[in-house]
Amino acid sequence: MSDHGPQSSAPRVGIQFQDLAKQEHAAHFGMWVFLGSELLLFAGLFGLYTAYRVKYAPEFAEAVHHNELWIGTTNVVILIFSSFTVAWAVHSLRRDRRRTTLWSLAITLVCGLLFLVFKGIEYGMHFQEGVFPGHHYAYKEMPGHGAQLFFTLYYFMTGLHALHMIGGLAVIGWVTARVARGRTTSAYPVPLVLGALYWHLVDSIWIFLWPMFYLTTS
Amino acid sequence: MTSYLTETTGIKSWLLTKDHKRIGLLFMIATALALILGGVFALLLRFELVNPGPDFMDGLTYNRMFTHHGIVMVFLFMVPVIPTVFGNFFLPMMLGAPDVAFPRLNLASFYVYCAGAVIVLASLWFGGVDTGWTFYTPYSTSSPTAVATAAFGVFVVGVSSILTGLNFIVTVHTLRAKNLKWMEMPLFVWAIYATAIIQVIATPVLGMSLTLVAVDHAWALGIFDPNMGGDPVLFQHLFWFYSHPAVYIMILPAMGVVSEVVCTFSHNRPSSYRAIAFSSLGIAFIGFLTWGHHMFVAGMSVLDVGIFGILSMFVAIFSAIKVFTWTITLKHGRIRFTTPMLYFFGFMFLFVFGGMTGVAVATSSLDVHWTDTYFVVAHFHFIMVGGTLTMYLAAIHYWFPKMFGRMYPERWGLVGATGVILGFIFTFTPQFLLGNAGMPRRYWTYPAEYQWLHVASTAGATILALGLVVTLGYLIWALFKGPRAERNPWDSRSYEWLAPTPPPVHNFEAPLEITRGPYDYHLPESP
Repeated sequence: MSDHGPQSSAPRVGIQFQDLAKQEHAAHFGMWVFLGSELLLFAGLFGLYTAYRVKYAPEFAEAVHHNELWIGTTNVVILIFSSFTVAWAVHSLRRDRRRTTLWSLAITLVCGLLFLVFKGIEYGMHFQEGVFPGHHYAYKEMPGHGAQLFFTLYYFMTGLHALHMIGGLAVIGWVTARVARGRTTSAYPVPLVLGALYWHLVDSIWIFLWPMFYLTTS
Repeated sequence: MTSYLTETTGIKSWLLTKDHKRIGLLFMIATALALILGGVFALLLRFELVNPGPDFMDGLTYNRMFTHHGIVMVFLFMVPVIPTVFGNFFLPMMLGAPDVAFPRLNLASFYVYCAGAVIVLASLWFGGVDTGWTFYTPYSTSSPTAVATAAFGVFVVGVSSILTGLNFIVTVHTLRAKNLKWMEMPLFVWAIYATAIIQVIATPVLGMSLTLVAVDHAWALGIFDPNMGGDPVLFQHLFWFYSHPAVYIMILPAMGVVSEVVCTFSHNRPSSYRAIAFSSLGIAFIGFLTWGHHMFVAGMSVLDVGIFGILSMFVAIFSAIKVFTWTITLKHGRIRFTTPMLYFFGFMFLFVFGGMTGVAVATSSLDVHWTDTYFVVAHFHFIMVGGTLTMYLAAIHYWFPKMFGRMYPERWGLVGATGVILGFIFTFTPQFLLGNAGMPRRYWTYPAEYQWLHVASTAGATILALGLVVTLGYLIWALFKGPRAERNPWDSRSYEWLAPTPPPVHNFEAPLEITRGPYDYHLPESP
């Protein structure tokens, strides 16, 4: 299709911006403000976790022990790898390597899906033991309030993170389609850069959830 | 050049507009509807309280009524109103910019607001909410009313608030006209900028705490339920971490309007530009460290109470810096007594009186006596509602000529303003006395000896409502029949008045060349 050639991908500068550089700067800046706002969304939950961890220290440690360390850690590896691939996609697009860009994005998407599959497997294992959130909690071996609160927070925080993961997949999927149709190119890579920034945020939140729910057993 | 009002026509050109001025007007209509709705709730409450016993609503209806009065007024009117209406309309113009940084996001923010408002109001259909606007746990997670719907609606409105704040921050950073330095921006811009920072930082925490309440209510998570090991006071910490700064989200933009109005109508530069600009940022910062003063009797250590009390008093220092700076600005000025100026004097009374009672309730020993009484209700209405409402009305009158190209009738304006200000004072002064005498807030009945004060308060509310109705009436008249306005009828030096009246779609005929400051009254008007 001819109108998807290079001339149609030439960036348009919004009337409100003095030049393209300003527009690019504004887009990046806006994204960073948004990411800061997202972090604060989780910050309230981190605060809640801290308060309850102090109150129920031994029960929280025991409950952390119960989570599957290998699943949590595998997911860390998957996400760090996907952060690399999405960064590689940005790098490649800037050098006009469209095929490499698309492959890197495809691998990123697969990593994201893989992460959700592992998360789903772990949820399934918990459900079989009766580890449910809130008053549905029915795990006989850890009957205390502390363990129940731990798992409620676990579901809420990993669930919220999973929602962000799905959001990230949608964003990366959308950018991939744009790159494939030649609408996002090295001339104005901003949509991909912003999508990648968001992906990194979702990854780094998991890096914080990992010690909270899998590592700190003492 | 055709104005933004007539450039394109048809309902679609308004509903899908990306012009910041039209979006500002869309918000103006939506927030005015919220004000009317919240006001009707308030009047119904006041009339129910004329007699000690039940009159025309039962206890549950009364509880729903004050809850929805609070939710609608706080989240649908006061938090968004000045940034989304006047911030949207004038922030870009004051920077000499043709629009905000992200016009599409701006329009999205409007529809997210509408969606949130619809969800909040839908909760009325599903049985209303009876928890009070603060959604305190554990009652809110076990109340049989539609808590989850309302809490989710407030969350959605919060998303709109974040998007608008984000847009304004980026706009101020990237779209200032050439040669427009930070220290030469109109003071309204500083106020909106400080507000936007709070919106972006604090709103997500509120969103999260209300989401927890909503999910907890729907699926019994028990995160704040002591029966399941949870701690209800933790919710209060999370809630007030947002909702205290939210007070400054409401009052800071109002202070921005004050700075513009007082300089224009005293035809004078502010006695200290820096003092006003930096005290806004100071309030924005200290506002994050004072949330504990809502919880002095909720189970806090004496040390914490003392620290939060002292930190809260710092707010009064920054506020006093502003009050004195505005007052000194009047000195040597050429004062014109217009409607916005009358609202400014009303603001000063309400703000200083409300602020002094604020220092009083920050004193823990006094607060124990006043907690959860009408004294607190009267205090926050004076400072938060009085401050925001008077300056919202001042802003409408001050910028009316620029927005619509017509003048409002000055005499009627003064009549309306007198009604609003006196009505407001007469509504809440009796409530200070009621609270001090021990009348608890949110009660449906009361001992007979309180009746005369309740009657006085209701009479005041009626005058306030009449003032608002008069104002709405002549403003609608002026919209169609008011005399045509000149480009700069107040002879202001602020940049938005350099644009044609009403402004064209991209605000200025040519890129704005900034050659003087926004308060250089010793220089000629045109640059």
